[in-house]
Amino acid sequence: MASNNQAAAVYATLKEEAEQNRGKLFEKPLILIGAATCGRAAGALKLVEEINNELSRLQLEANVVEVGCMGHCYAEPIMVIYNEGFPPIAYGNVNEGVGARIVRDYLTDGDPGYEFALVALEPNDFFPTYSDFPRGIHENKIVLDQCGFIDPQNIEHYIATGGYSALVKVLEADPGEIIKTVKASGLRGRGGAGFPTGLKWETCSNAGGTPKYLICNADEGDPGAFMDRTILESTPHSLLEGMIIAGRAVGSEKGYIYIRAEYPLAVERVNQAVQQAHEKGLLGENILGTGFSFNIEIFQGSGAFVCGEETALIASMEGRAGIPTHKPPFPADAGLWGKPTVINNVKSFSYVPHIINNGADWFKSIGTEKNPGTAIFALAGKIENTGLVEVPMSTTLNELIFEVGSGIAGGKQFKAVQIGGPSGGCLPESALETPIDFDSLTEAGAMMGSGGMVVLDEDDCMVEIARYFLDFTQKESCGKCTFCRLGTKHMLDILERITKGHGKPEDIELLMEMAARVKEGSLCNLGKTAPNPVLSTIKHFRDEYEAHINEGRCPSLMCKDLIAYYILPDKCERSCDACLGSCPVEAIFSNEDRIKVIDQEKCVKCDSCKVACPPQYEAIVKLSPPSEVAAREQGEGVK
Amino acid sequence: MGNQITFTVDGKIINAAEGEMLLWTALDNDIYIPHLCGERNEKERPASCRLCFVEVDGRPAPMPACTLPVSEGLVVKTRSERVDALVAAGFELLMSNHRLDCKNCPANGNCELQRIAKARKLRLKPKNLPVLDKGLPVDDSAPGILYDPNKCVLCGRCIRACRHSGNGVLGFTRRGFERIVATFGDLPLGDSGCQGCGDCAEACPIGALAKKA
Ligand SMILES: Cc1cc2nc3c(=O)[nH]c(=O)nc-3n(C[C@H](O)[C@H](O)[C@H](O)COP(=O)(O)O)c2cc1C
Ligand code: SF4
Ligand code: SF4
Repeated sequence: MASNNQAAAVYATLKEEAEQNRGKLFEKPLILIGAATCGRAAGALKLVEEINNELSRLQLEANVVEVGCMGHCYAEPIMVIYNEGFPPIAYGNVNEGVGARIVRDYLTDGDPGYEFALVALEPNDFFPTYSDFPRGIHENKIVLDQCGFIDPQNIEHYIATGGYSALVKVLEADPGEIIKTVKASGLRGRGGAGFPTGLKWETCSNAGGTPKYLICNADEGDPGAFMDRTILESTPHSLLEGMIIAGRAVGSEKGYIYIRAEYPLAVERVNQAVQQAHEKGLLGENILGTGFSFNIEIFQGSGAFVCGEETALIASMEGRAGIPTHKPPFPADAGLWGKPTVINNVKSFSYVPHIINNGADWFKSIGTEKNPGTAIFALAGKIENTGLVEVPMSTTLNELIFEVGSGIAGGKQFKAVQIGGPSGGCLPESALETPIDFDSLTEAGAMMGSGGMVVLDEDDCMVEIARYFLDFTQKESCGKCTFCRLGTKHMLDILERITKGHGKPEDIELLMEMAARVKEGSLCNLGKTAPNPVLSTIKHFRDEYEAHINEGRCPSLMCKDLIAYYILPDKCERSCDACLGSCPVEAIFSNEDRIKVIDQEKCVKCDSCKVACPPQYEAIVKLSPPSEVAAREQGEGVK
Repeated sequence: MGNQITFTVDGKIINAAEGEMLLWTALDNDIYIPHLCGERNEKERPASCRLCFVEVDGRPAPMPACTLPVSEGLVVKTRSERVDALVAAGFELLMSNHRLDCKNCPANGNCELQRIAKARKLRLKPKNLPVLDKGLPVDDSAPGILYDPNKCVLCGRCIRACRHSGNGVLGFTRRGFERIVATFGDLPLGDSGCQGCGDCAEACPIGALAKKA
């Protein structure tokens, strides 16, 4: 086709220019600084300023570029230096002082400052690279590959590294072929439910009614989730390219990106990306002269968690209350303004250019037959290395937590992992060999969700964890339907009762019964999944529920109403006053042996004394049930 | 809506227009299915009360009849252990948030909740659950209309009635457990622009909105 040859020619010119311009950056030492929201929170912008000051103070020539997030949140701020004669090196925990020092020593004296280095980015003889670490062995970055290495504010960085070549490829293809490829790749939606993306596109493509719309769901409401934000901030063009390809595939000329208003930097980055793609002729009317037009608009969502549910999201875009409606009709048949609409998650769209470029077979070769590709997780909680990781589907929980995440923080004992966000489930040690994929996690009683993962250790009470997550979903329930509005409320009341020591023996059965009914009876997936944390904790940690209910005891010493603080008389140093001064309510006194004693009536269980007691004594412990204190005092002769 | 088709409900053969919602075709054939929110002639199908569950052959789980279009050969059961358990649970949940006072209620004897309880042999007073009273004031500010939000089951019929024949002053407000029917800006009905037509009270299937005696 003539028009495509022309498109390919236009693209070739764009790419050459982009390569040249990006190449210029490497003519001087190049300093990348991770300045996505996570990096900024750790002080990345100050670091940028300090590095620039230092460079001008020393009259050194270097290029400083703000990039997105490399995924190593535990080590923010992160800085990467490309310097002739050395492998590129990434440094972690770079505060302003350290940053200035590295730049000074490296660029003036040729000392790369290995003591601050995390990893080298290319094989070399001096310093380990990713593949020398367990994390690097497991990780297989597709969507996150460029995150933290290209300038998200400069489309040329994306183009220079092959960006938009997939779009050029499909501009010549028959739209049906694109759908065929995506179907053959087995890509499943990464917004939670894992619905086959190709099938969704096909439905929309076949549906009667024009115009057709695309929506990218970037609402990301799970507490603690930030995968989508990172992609939007670090490599916005991958999403745009995926959407334009999808538009071409289903016959849509208009796409919306629904971004939560709490993501101002993401909104800014995407806006900028849209504008630059327009300027290059890759977006808008008559893309690369092929006659195909596609436009993208950003819609800022104002909020509630349930607005991420697709029918609620569409309602809120139409100016109605963000409340779910019955399906069918599914959006692919009748979505925005009643028109056929493809709605996909940020990650789902972002895989598409890679699938087009490398083929369906390549994608299927990663992960498993039914769950091809990678899983993107935000590791959080009591894990050594928090952050964003991308591993092949079928990696086990064990590998993800203990190898990729380097295990439990502070030498504590692993207890459980809450996976899939607030409506996921808690899995115990015995489930650690579960492979991570949509089906296996659901079968184990958790779910993939959007990729939130919170690791819990011995200090976490599983009843309290269930209460915590249900408290979130209950508050986020829109209130439309009976089971979710009232069922989650009653369940939460029961859990609160148990954590306060007022549980009744029949509560466990009642909770399980209500959980089953709420799952079955609720209208949307918020209600249908809200009981998961409760069901999974009862299933795997029933003994903890029973301890609370039958003995008024919290085995993890977490539930405030069920614990008391106690000072071990034989450990108390006597002449030390640290705890006494730390108590905000003057509940600690010194008895006639100068041993410190807590007046349980006054104690508000704030934990200050336990923190204040010097580590060489560790004289303060928590006891549960609180009646233990009297027993111990008697036994140990405390007056 | 098109062709006449044939399907069965509880073994009874029914003819109806293809695509009509199962709930209405069952009711037309004297098969009662509990429901509060659905209205036959409304375009909007809230499917929010979650009481009209039925079992459909070939479907893994009970589904609401108000949003189930009938088709040729459909085999439906309005009762099964699973459906009964689900409906009983839904009903108990609703009753756990309903200020039960039949003796003094204007709807006594003409109340959809009483009807459901009778048809499905369910208790009006919740058995396992504590009653969570909303504790809201009763609104008697409008001439001729009494509104007790503590009784309301959020079916939304009054809202739609007011939109059709009144001034459209009613709507849902707040989220989750706090969700209620209220006027714009939470004004008392009497100050809300309510014209006192009483169609909302007419529409209310229970005694939450009622005409003053
Ligand atoms: C309560 C609730 C919240 C949701 N939030 C999101 C979200 O933040 N982002 C998202 O992509 N999908 C979310 N979903 C899933 C969407 O409804 C929808 O399935 C998804 O956007 C489809 O895209 P996919 O096929 O690419 O996964 C949510 C679903 C529910 C029930
Ligand atoms: S399940 Fe919950 S969030 Fe979903 S429609 Fe029902 S009340 Fe609203
Ligand atoms: S007041 Fe009556 S009609 Fe209105 S929502 Fe409540 S129960 Fe339904």
